[in-house]
Amino acid sequence: MKTISFTLNNQPVSIQTNLQKRLVDVLRENFALTGVKEGCGEGECGACAVLANHKLINSCITPIGSVEQLDIMSIEGFRDTERYHILAAAFAEAGAVQCGFCTPGMLLAAEALLHVNASPNEPEIRQALSGNLCRCTGYSMIVDAVKIAAKNGDGLW
Amino acid sequence: MNNTNIGIRVNKVDNQEKTSGSAKYIADLKFDNMLYGKTIRSTKARAKIQAIHYPVLPKEYFIIDHNDVPGQNRVKFLVNDQPFLAETMVNYIGEPILLIVGPNRQKLKELANKITIEYQPLAAALTYTESLQCTGGAIFGTDNKFASYAYEKGDVSLAFSQAKTIETDEYTTGYQKHAYLENQGMIAVPEADDKVTVYGSMQCPYYIKRALEQALALPEEKVRIVQTTTGGAFGGKEDYPSILAGHAAIAAKKVGRPVAILYDRLEDMASTTRRHPAQITFQTALDESGKIIGMKIDVILDGGAYAGISDVVLQRSLFNITGVYHIQNLEVHGCVVATNTIPNGAFRGFGAPQAFFAMEMHMEMLAKKLQKNPLDYKKLHIVKQGDTTATSGLFLDKVPLPEMLETIEKMSDYTKRYELYQKNRNHHGIGISLFLHGCGFTGSGERDIIKARIKLRRQANSKQVEILAANVDMGQGLKTTFKKIVAGALAIPMTDISFNNPDTDQVPDSGPTVASRSIMIVGKLLEDASRKLKARWQEKGAIEITQAYKQPERMHWDSEKSRGDAYPAYAWGINVVEATVDPLTLQVDVNGVWTVFDIGQAIDEQIIQGQIEGGVLQGLGYANMEVMTNDKSGKIMQDNLTSYTIPTMVDFGKVNHKLFTTYYNDGPFGAKGAGELTLIGAAPAYAAAVAQALKIHIDRLPVTPEYLLEVLQNENHFLYAK
Repeated sequence: MKTISFTLNNQPVSIQTNLQKRLVDVLRENFALTGVKEGCGEGECGACAVLANHKLINSCITPIGSVEQLDIMSIEGFRDTERYHILAAAFAEAGAVQCGFCTPGMLLAAEALLHVNASPNEPEIRQALSGNLCRCTGYSMIVDAVKIAAKNGDGLW
Repeated sequence: MNNTNIGIRVNKVDNQEKTSGSAKYIADLKFDNMLYGKTIRSTKARAKIQAIHYPVLPKEYFIIDHNDVPGQNRVKFLVNDQPFLAETMVNYIGEPILLIVGPNRQKLKELANKITIEYQPLAAALTYTESLQCTGGAIFGTDNKFASYAYEKGDVSLAFSQAKTIETDEYTTGYQKHAYLENQGMIAVPEADDKVTVYGSMQCPYYIKRALEQALALPEEKVRIVQTTTGGAFGGKEDYPSILAGHAAIAAKKVGRPVAILYDRLEDMASTTRRHPAQITFQTALDESGKIIGMKIDVILDGGAYAGISDVVLQRSLFNITGVYHIQNLEVHGCVVATNTIPNGAFRGFGAPQAFFAMEMHMEMLAKKLQKNPLDYKKLHIVKQGDTTATSGLFLDKVPLPEMLETIEKMSDYTKRYELYQKNRNHHGIGISLFLHGCGFTGSGERDIIKARIKLRRQANSKQVEILAANVDMGQGLKTTFKKIVAGALAIPMTDISFNNPDTDQVPDSGPTVASRSIMIVGKLLEDASRKLKARWQEKGAIEITQAYKQPERMHWDSEKSRGDAYPAYAWGINVVEATVDPLTLQVDVNGVWTVFDIGQAIDEQIIQGQIEGGVLQGLGYANMEVMTNDKSGKIMQDNLTSYTIPTMVDFGKVNHKLFTTYYNDGPFGAKGAGELTLIGAAPAYAAAVAQALKIHIDRLPVTPEYLLEVLQNENHFLYAK
């Protein structure tokens, strides 16, 4: 057991833990952040995605030992931002939400993209979000949502 | 009755809780004193269980076996053949034998590894042939057939005796896994007075309730089922949840504490249902002009080790086998057989995708042999209003296919491109599929078995209306569309209507969330109840309206003979897919997808767009990349999302679509079913495009590069190489 300190949703936190414990389990069990979903447990689907220093990572294949001093943001932290509200409204407008299980990860993937590319074209959106699986929507309405958010959030990213 | 405004999109009512991550799925719930359950499964395809050796269990850890089932150790489906927990025999790799329950999930895994089971292996039947030969003795009944049907119309013998030529071919299709993003899970909570409540991810609360009453030997009032936000289902949470809920409830009953059984991806992939593989054979009699004058068709589905709902899946394959074509002399046989593999079950389309792939490709084959344009050949045979269906029912409503064809020609330039790609040898191809979906349950299932009821409730001195129905929102937007129907019929705002996740203590049995029935059948009950409520709106007191299903008078079905109107209404679709094949790697790029659908009035056009985009992509996945196979021991070879690949955001582009609206009078605002229709046409259109690109014929799904190589190396497949 070691102590790991990191920033979680803008708050400094420390946790006594086995370093091998998966970040997804720490977030869901220790911090009750159930907006972080486990879909596959092997980094394939992106339902567990969170931001680490504004980069998208899969928390199911991230050992907690590797997040020391990082800035971790889950949907529960991101949803307080103005950028979230732009994205959420765009997802609603485009009809990009069906079962919702992939949705928090998709929003964070969109945020990670827009952070480095505020006006992405369609291939860039598809590439950036291609690590997040969705079985309901067929993806194109999610692509539309990201385009709408980029337009409406002009200047925010 | 037609309200043209109803289809205008609204924001879905559950967007906010889902985008913000606050929606609670089953794995997000915790109960005081809750234990976890792990399932110990068979590692043999077929064997006698000889002995089980257990480790010493720490405090708070328990083993549950078949002796702990208080009632009947059989899952209530159409046939009671499947045990919740194996008794003396196992019939597939992955069959549940024991549950181990305790507080720590890691510890459960360690203990599970210390349980050893001694088996006496038996010869397993893993293929159609082995099943039909009853290798190792029959798994089911005396002949391994879970169900078999035969029906005919016209005079087949005469047609075949007058035939100029008779063409024969065969099609096979593979498994498909739902791969909903949320794995299956249930939590059972023991309550006072022997009652049990089960929470979980599901499509059919009342199926589970009835299964648990039988398993726990409890009266109706002692079993309560509550649906939690469901992360995708596609049919996969129709049948299997009855087993899983049974496990959780049996365990909770034994230990007297809440028990959660939450599958990870590996367990979900390797033990829940899949789409039935099919083998479909055609013998078709043609006259001098090449027109079809008669057909003999044989369908065989692989049901897996237990009957489940395979019987009904087979019915849909058989009753839709002639596609959108009018075949006057017809003989259809089919059976679904038992194999020592994971039991197969419901999946969006429910036996129809297999049938339409086969029939559409058979029509392609006939056209190629006759050196005709496939679409022109198909047009010669398309059904019209007033024609008979395969089962000698009637197409009572307008068949909108001719107008739909004109539209899709304009959208996709199909014919021009087809002719161009016929001449070129640059590995481009374009394919077209025509299809229908019989909406709702097959035959008189709604009237005789489901008997749906809903309620609307308005409290005294209130404007708020509550919808009480057992159908679930699993992502398809039901919470929004049900509210829209009631709001539209009552002319009140949607915000004045509530509709919670079904709780069987609160809602009547309005039937399962399956068969593209929720809008057409249950939505109609809501619309009718709303109109009754509107007439009484000025009353001061509380009002409760109950509405029960009545079969449309125009529908006639004889289930003994499989004869008559198998469905109350039909939704229609046409898909065009354009593809380019890399001649070296045989990888396929889809360049364009165009679709038209007639689903009657869309209750929400954007939700329908979501059904179309999602359904077509699942269909394209089924066609080109979703490979699932068993190894020689009968074990599933693709048990995660790395080895079982589903489409990602970069695999396909936009699905272009246009809606047609042939109103259906017995659907709300004229709506028919939509959910399943959208998946059916993608695979045959894709296969036809790839076939043209390579100048071959395709007779198998999925169309992998390995399969294409096999075809290219077999000279007999070059049907229209010129």
